[in-house]
Amino acid sequence: MSAHGSVGAEVAAVGAHGEQRPHPSVGQYVRVAIILGVVTAGEVGLYYLQAIPDGMLIALLVFFSAIKFSLVALWFMHLRFDSRLLRRLFVTGIILAGSVYAIVLATFLLR
Amino acid sequence: MTTEALPVPRRRFLRRPIAPTGVWSWITTVDHKRIGLLYGFTAFAFFIIGGLEALAIRTQLARPENALLTGDAYNQAFTMHGITMIFLVVMPLSAAFFNYLLPLQIGARDVAFPRLNALSYWLFLFGGIYLYSSFFLGGAPDGGWFGYEPLGRQLAGHGMDYYATGLIILGLASTISAINLLVTILNMRAPGMTLMRMPVFTWMALVVQFLLVFALPVITVALFQVFFDRTFNTNFYNIANGGDPLLWQHLFWLFGHPEVYILVLPAMGIVSEVLPVFARKPLFGYPVVVFSGIAIGFMGWGVWAHHMFAAGLGPVANSAFALSTMFIAVPTGVKIFNWIATLWKGAIRFTTPLLFAVGFVGLFIIGGLSGVTHAIVPADTQQTDTYYIVAHFHYVLFAGAIFGLFSGIYYWWPKFTGKLLNERLGKTHFWLMFTGANLTFGPMHILGLQGMPRRIYTYARGLGFDFWNLVATIGAFTIALSILVFIVNVMRTRRRGEASGQDPWDARTLEWTTPNPTPEYNFAEIPQVHALDEFWHRKYVEDEHGKVVPVPAGGSNGHDDPAAGHGAGHGGHGIHMPSPSYYPVMTAVGPPLIFWGFLYSPLLIVLGAFILLSGVYGWAVEPASE
Amino acid sequence: METGIGAHEVVAAEHPPTSTGMSNTKVAMWTFLASECLLFGALISTYLLYRGRVVSGPKPGDVYDIPFTSVSSFVLLMSSLTMVLAVHAIAEGDQAKCRTWLVATALLGMTFISGQVYEFTTFVHEGLALTTNVFSTAFFVLTGFHGAHVTVGIIMLLSLFGLSLDGKIPQSRAETVEMVGLYWHFVDVVWIVIFTLVYLIPSPGGSA
Repeated sequence: MSAHGSVGAEVAAVGAHGEQRPHPSVGQYVRVAIILGVVTAGEVGLYYLQAIPDGMLIALLVFFSAIKFSLVALWFMHLRFDSRLLRRLFVTGIILAGSVYAIVLATFLLR
Repeated sequence: MTTEALPVPRRRFLRRPIAPTGVWSWITTVDHKRIGLLYGFTAFAFFIIGGLEALAIRTQLARPENALLTGDAYNQAFTMHGITMIFLVVMPLSAAFFNYLLPLQIGARDVAFPRLNALSYWLFLFGGIYLYSSFFLGGAPDGGWFGYEPLGRQLAGHGMDYYATGLIILGLASTISAINLLVTILNMRAPGMTLMRMPVFTWMALVVQFLLVFALPVITVALFQVFFDRTFNTNFYNIANGGDPLLWQHLFWLFGHPEVYILVLPAMGIVSEVLPVFARKPLFGYPVVVFSGIAIGFMGWGVWAHHMFAAGLGPVANSAFALSTMFIAVPTGVKIFNWIATLWKGAIRFTTPLLFAVGFVGLFIIGGLSGVTHAIVPADTQQTDTYYIVAHFHYVLFAGAIFGLFSGIYYWWPKFTGKLLNERLGKTHFWLMFTGANLTFGPMHILGLQGMPRRIYTYARGLGFDFWNLVATIGAFTIALSILVFIVNVMRTRRRGEASGQDPWDARTLEWTTPNPTPEYNFAEIPQVHALDEFWHRKYVEDEHGKVVPVPAGGSNGHDDPAAGHGAGHGGHGIHMPSPSYYPVMTAVGPPLIFWGFLYSPLLIVLGAFILLSGVYGWAVEPASE
Repeated sequence: METGIGAHEVVAAEHPPTSTGMSNTKVAMWTFLASECLLFGALISTYLLYRGRVVSGPKPGDVYDIPFTSVSSFVLLMSSLTMVLAVHAIAEGDQAKCRTWLVATALLGMTFISGQVYEFTTFVHEGLALTTNVFSTAFFVLTGFHGAHVTVGIIMLLSLFGLSLDGKIPQSRAETVEMVGLYWHFVDVVWIVIFTLVYLIPSPGGSA
């Protein structure tokens, strides 16, 4: 029985042997790190810009931090190159946490 | 991480225990079946204790203005009764079944992380002992199992400290176990066992592990907040400094609602196994039952504030949660219809496991219906904090989950022990318990609607509560009698029980393909799976008229071909199992010591931390098997 | 077979096949990290609820030193880079380089923790301690839990370093380093969220 016999129909794109997408090179990692640094600098800069209204500031900061989060998760944590199952596991945790806690906080605002 | 080790004699200086029998072999076991049995025995012992607490409560409430228990003692009794039954009985009993059966049902030899598995058990045992030590050390938790704040942080004595830290330890045990079992189910299925060929019990177990893994962290944070409030005087629930009692309720029920599905889904899984076997029919609508279980797990995250309808969240929140709560009744209802359809026109054998399974279905309907009435906010405002609620959750958790678990105990007893429990005693147990459950909890609906509040240690004469309280107490003692019958059955079967043979029930799933009791390595050959209810299909085919007939002797019918050579098949010889280890039990000693230390002496904190870290370190460098 | 893929093939062959193709440890670690989202979510939500409810004592805007915290955030971000370089190195079989990057990561982590310690002691001097008010309680417990996670990570990194010196982390055990790496990145990712939500986003009644 080949290895595929042990792999259920629901298995994600990555096969067990050698079919993984190539892992990033050192250069790519460094480039990601540079982007992370630049975005952080941007966030801090935005913080000090008096001209922006609070609502827009919050939206932009959340957006930038989401970018950083994604970069680390997808490249450094290899989620971009690994099985979809792992991405789904992690994203489930994030979405669940985000949703329930958003609702909790909302109930305090909506009395 | 380690390569498959050559079979070397398991002789090792001090560190690695070798004897396969005796007390030390149980203390150091990493065998999922033994761990399952340990969970089962321990959970049953706590069931007796929790039951005695219930009897104390019911005796106190049998008459108005009774003086058996002071208010203070009563508070400890009902708090510990709840904590015990939820965290020390139903969850570990479910864990017992998960541990013993999941690898067998999926065709594996063990769980993904055997030593972590042992750690979960020891943390459970030591956590339970830690919690109960409170009775001897100044008083048990007395703020209710739900620990509402700010009362919880204000209660004098150490009771609520034990509450917070005891549940942290137990939560750790369950989280570790959940990760282990989740990985096991996803990753260690036998060749050919796709997710949609797994037994329903395995499916429900999978949903439960997801619920545990996501819900436990929430209450862990809340419990640490209480621990910090009481130990370091932080302000989480200090109202004067801006603390908000609603935050506790949200965090608690964000955990608490998924928790009730954690409590009932295993029993639903058991019932989904038992009914088909004793109706000699496949489960009606397997995919629908599976998806309903998933739906319940998923939707269970959207209803938690229905425990807070009287907390003042306002009409928008209340309406939203009322709607979501009404919706969640749907997948449960679907399952009930599927179970009934499974029995419909089946060739039913009225064995004890079947009786308990049918009992579950009928009584869970009652509990579920009262639950639906809670979903209507104005009605719930009347029901909340009364005995009507107590009736609801005891119907679903006792008449529901416990009945389902007993069904599993009778059904799988042959698998665990190689013997059959006595049928007459079993049926006596069932009828006594069925009668007792209805006598105890049925009247509570009436009491609640008549206005009897919950969590009170006594009630005044002349309020009209006397009669039904007395009936409920008689019911409680009837339940106790039924449990005695069960214990007698177990003891008699040990001494002179009928040998069961390998497949006493003519069952459908893979765990019944192994000898009883199961050998250490589970399967001589890892099975090759071709269908749902694989075992059934090896025994039976449908003839040209669609009738189910046994496979002719000698026919393979897709049976394992040993020549195919797959998995770790070694014909039962030289199969290398993970070695026993001291480190799980040693590591588990750490957390209780640390928390005792916070209450009594910093030295204990240091000692506990040292033991914990040494245990973890020793474990990390010890190979999984030698 | 000197590429990362080849190394992983060698590792995969030593594990019995799993139903998903992923190793047990990897699936377990990701499950754990998913559950930690719920843990930190609760701590963060508590903070977000309580930071605007100060009855007395300092408020967020009174104490936060954004430039300082930005630098320590940057330090932690860079430690993720050194971590992934350590994983990359051992996947290619270079134990010495792996050790170098492990130590670098640990040092950056320790720098971050030192920054936290300095920041917290400054706050205490300014009148913001654990029990001062509801904002301080939520803040210190949130950042304290995060700091504890970082510390555990540092201990694991140094343990790996020690084991590697002992020859116990050859290329075939690259996955162990990868697992510690996943944990470390997660701790970094949580800080990304905390830095934005706690420090940068203006709090009601107390922004800079």
